[in-house]
Amino acid sequence: MAQPPVFVLSVPETPDDPEGSQEPSPYDESEVHDSFYQLIQEQSRWAAEEGLELQQREPGPGALGALGDDHQALLGPEGVPVHSMATLRILASMPSRTIGRSRGAILSQLYNRTVRLRRRAARRPQLRDVGRSARPSLRLYDLELDPLVLEEEEKRVLLVKELQGLTVAQRDHVLRGMPLSLAEKRCLREESRTPRGKRRARQGGRGLPSCCSQLQDSCVLALHNLGLVLLSGLQALKPWRYALKRIGGQFGSSVLSYFLFLKTLLAFNALLLLPLLAFIVGVQAAFPPAPPASVPAFTGLELLTGGGRFAHTVLYYGYYSNATLSQPCASPPDGGQCPPEAGGLPYNMPLAYLFTVGVAFFITCITLVYSMSRSFGESYRVGSTSGVHAISVFCSWDYKVTQKWASRLQHDNIRTQLKELLAVWQLRRGPRSMCWRLRRVAVLGLVWLLCLGITLGCTVAVYSFSELMIKSPGSTEREGALLALPLVVCLLNLGAPYLYRGLAALERHDSPVLEVYVAICRNLILKMVTLGILCYHWLGRRVGTLRDQCWENFVGQELYRLMVMDFLFTLLDTLFGELVWRLISERTLKRRGKPEFDIAGNVLELIYGQTLTWLGVLFSPLLPAMQIIKLLLLFYVKKTSLMANCQAPRRPWKASHMSTVFISLLCFPSFLGAAIFLCYAVWQVKPSSICGPFRTLDTMYEAGKVWVRHLERAGPRVSWLPWIHRYLLENTFPIYLVSALLLAVIYLNIQVVKGQRKVICLLKEQISNEGEDKIFLINKLQSVYERKERSRVGRTEAAVMPPALFTDDGDTW
Amino acid sequence: MGNKHTVFTHEQLEAYQDCTFFTRKEIMRLYYRYQDLAPQLVPLDYTSCPDVKVPYELIGTMPELKDNPFRQRIAQVFSEDGDGHMTLDNFLDMFSVMSEMAPRDLKAYYAFKIYDFNNDDYICAWDLEQTVTKLTRGELNAEEVSLVCEKVLDEADGDHDGRLSLEDFQNMILRAPDFLSTFHIRI
Repeated sequence: MAQPPVFVLSVPETPDDPEGSQEPSPYDESEVHDSFYQLIQEQSRWAAEEGLELQQREPGPGALGALGDDHQALLGPEGVPVHSMATLRILASMPSRTIGRSRGAILSQLYNRTVRLRRRAARRPQLRDVGRSARPSLRLYDLELDPLVLEEEEKRVLLVKELQGLTVAQRDHVLRGMPLSLAEKRCLREESRTPRGKRRARQGGRGLPSCCSQLQDSCVLALHNLGLVLLSGLQALKPWRYALKRIGGQFGSSVLSYFLFLKTLLAFNALLLLPLLAFIVGVQAAFPPAPPASVPAFTGLELLTGGGRFAHTVLYYGYYSNATLSQPCASPPDGGQCPPEAGGLPYNMPLAYLFTVGVAFFITCITLVYSMSRSFGESYRVGSTSGVHAISVFCSWDYKVTQKWASRLQHDNIRTQLKELLAVWQLRRGPRSMCWRLRRVAVLGLVWLLCLGITLGCTVAVYSFSELMIKSPGSTEREGALLALPLVVCLLNLGAPYLYRGLAALERHDSPVLEVYVAICRNLILKMVTLGILCYHWLGRRVGTLRDQCWENFVGQELYRLMVMDFLFTLLDTLFGELVWRLISERTLKRRGKPEFDIAGNVLELIYGQTLTWLGVLFSPLLPAMQIIKLLLLFYVKKTSLMANCQAPRRPWKASHMSTVFISLLCFPSFLGAAIFLCYAVWQVKPSSICGPFRTLDTMYEAGKVWVRHLERAGPRVSWLPWIHRYLLENTFPIYLVSALLLAVIYLNIQVVKGQRKVICLLKEQISNEGEDKIFLINKLQSVYERKERSRVGRTEAAVMPPALFTDDGDTW
Repeated sequence: MGNKHTVFTHEQLEAYQDCTFFTRKEIMRLYYRYQDLAPQLVPLDYTSCPDVKVPYELIGTMPELKDNPFRQRIAQVFSEDGDGHMTLDNFLDMFSVMSEMAPRDLKAYYAFKIYDFNNDDYICAWDLEQTVTKLTRGELNAEEVSLVCEKVLDEADGDHDGRLSLEDFQNMILRAPDFLSTFHIRI
């Protein structure tokens, strides 16, 4: 009778494993057993049903086949009811199954569903379409085909019309985002492209707008093609695609985020370097100033100290001239002096220096804030409650992992994570005693106190050592002695985190993520305080002691030395922390476990290095170039060390939260501190009088003021610029006004977010109520159909069966 | 390598470029990957749109997929007949959706289809059990698995009908910022 369809339908429904022979895993075997089990169940139930026609269709496979078994496995509180084919047909066309985000998506989802239903129906008879007796169901089956085809055509036509109404770029965007197969998308694209002439003809009545739309279309198309060309060019420039893929495949997303952060920093440095190269370094290199009397010879020590031969190059502030550069004229027209306008535009070097550094910082600021806000937008959502189980199940498998042992590690991690989550539920946490809590607070307080004490100790050490350097005579002459302060700073930066890690072992936090955040916090405090002391040392003390020398050059050289030392110490740390540790743990301790890659520590190193670059840009315009070289070398060193020596961290972080945290740390303490330092240096400190572009001025900012006064004298046509300068920049009232407006806008935004949260709660309640309504209606519908079915079957069976079997099941609902 | 003009016509490449998130170069690279899977089967000339399907057994041996517990479901979802055998279109579609440029909604839609083992447009408890078992390689016992499934349904089921619809799944994905970075295959 209807038995053969049982075999045809239910076997593909259960995921049978064609490669069960290739990879015998424990799960595959039970899968196969499950499908047989289900088959046997169905068979026995069918047999039971055939015997007693009017039995209650409890776990009835008559209408659902494998579906019914699935629902049987589910034991929710309501119990999902079994539906007849009529109900199912109605359910399949419910709008809730087809909700999309845009009209095109709605149509395409509708289209997809109907196409799929049609294909499935065409291939083999659905079990749900075959009822108890063949004839009515076959009739229904035939009827089903025609309405479905019509629906599909309608939807398709609507979809194509929808696509034709869009511009080319929009259409491509919609097409790419549609959840349809590629072949169907290509057909839609073909159909929506051809009748373009029709559209233009329709708009041909209005002359000008059609020209505009044509122009717009061709502009958009040209831009689109340009974008594609740029993108493919950019892809060619991505040299590390394969390396990143290997890292992601072996170590997962969390370790990969470190390397992606390194790439981001490279981009920031390149962005910073370009204006500096174009407007400052290039120009000055083309017009070199008169060389000084004695130029020291090149010794190898310059690479470390940055002084000596390097001091009189384009690398440092002191090289740049304070005059207006102009092209030297080849031959004077009448033997007299060169007219100043002959031979190209004059170039005001001090102004260019100030403006270029300012604009470069401004662009960096905008880019940082933009990427931080985008990162935040991805990571945090309004009204998000913890869905930690669902997220662990659906979002924790990292699809990038490609190695067998790495995927093994992932399986282990997920299993551990799930077990821990369950343990929280299974274990009843006893009420924590007051004594326990007090003890815990005391331990935490003590550890924090010790860590802050270590920080204070390091700060005092750096301060006293810097004072010692100032007081000791001849320290600025001997090149080697200059390396002492950077050495001390780097040693402290290297040693203190190990002390922190040791102390943190006493704390024993509940959540490992909190541990890592606390470690980051402590390391960050140490580094920022050290840098703060050094900034005070440079701008506060060194400026005083180097009164008749070039103090800016000195500060630039100090930063150069710090960068180089930092790089060398990072290399040393990689060598000892990872390679030697692995060798020791393998040989002597006989453990197979490799050291874990310390993501937090390495990222803080990157942020520290970037802060040094930003601090030094004003005094050494080529410092970003050095940072780029350093980052390139660091990438390869870290990658090699990672592959050879390390394993992925046992408790992987959430990669997206991490990138948000990294970018925020880069923006807030790091960039903000550098910007404050720069502003102070530009506005408050007197530049040295013998070198640099600002040697005759009181502050660096005066170069701008001088130019504005020059413009005032130049004439009334550019008088708006001095006006802006006087009333908007020099005056403090507009700044107060703008700050007050910003605060008001922020407050309004906070209130809006609070309101949205309330609305989300209300909507959640509403969804839950609607769900209950839906279930109620479906059950009512089902009962109506069942009664109809039963009365029909009862009528046909009345002649055959004895009336005793006519049981009135009554209303089940 | 081969001139790209002999493999695809210009219009075909344009169509692929407009309908996927890949550029021409990437499409050619993917084509060669596809061809490497079955050099005897896949023709070197696609201008006549040959109907060639690489069987699932070969797709499942790709290094990007071979250690993925959901590789079979991925191949089934993206293949034309749901049996795992993929044409070039299916292949490109799969990697386009799994690439980093695909939007969240599109990925969520396909992730939903992947985790819906019985293809009934809902993720019911049975689907969840399959997912959890595959994730943990069967190392959690049955009680733990069912507890996890119960918790997942508690958290994600908005209309309390005992299973997750596409909207429930998408709402849950919105709260998971990792999803975009984990549901991503680099090729």
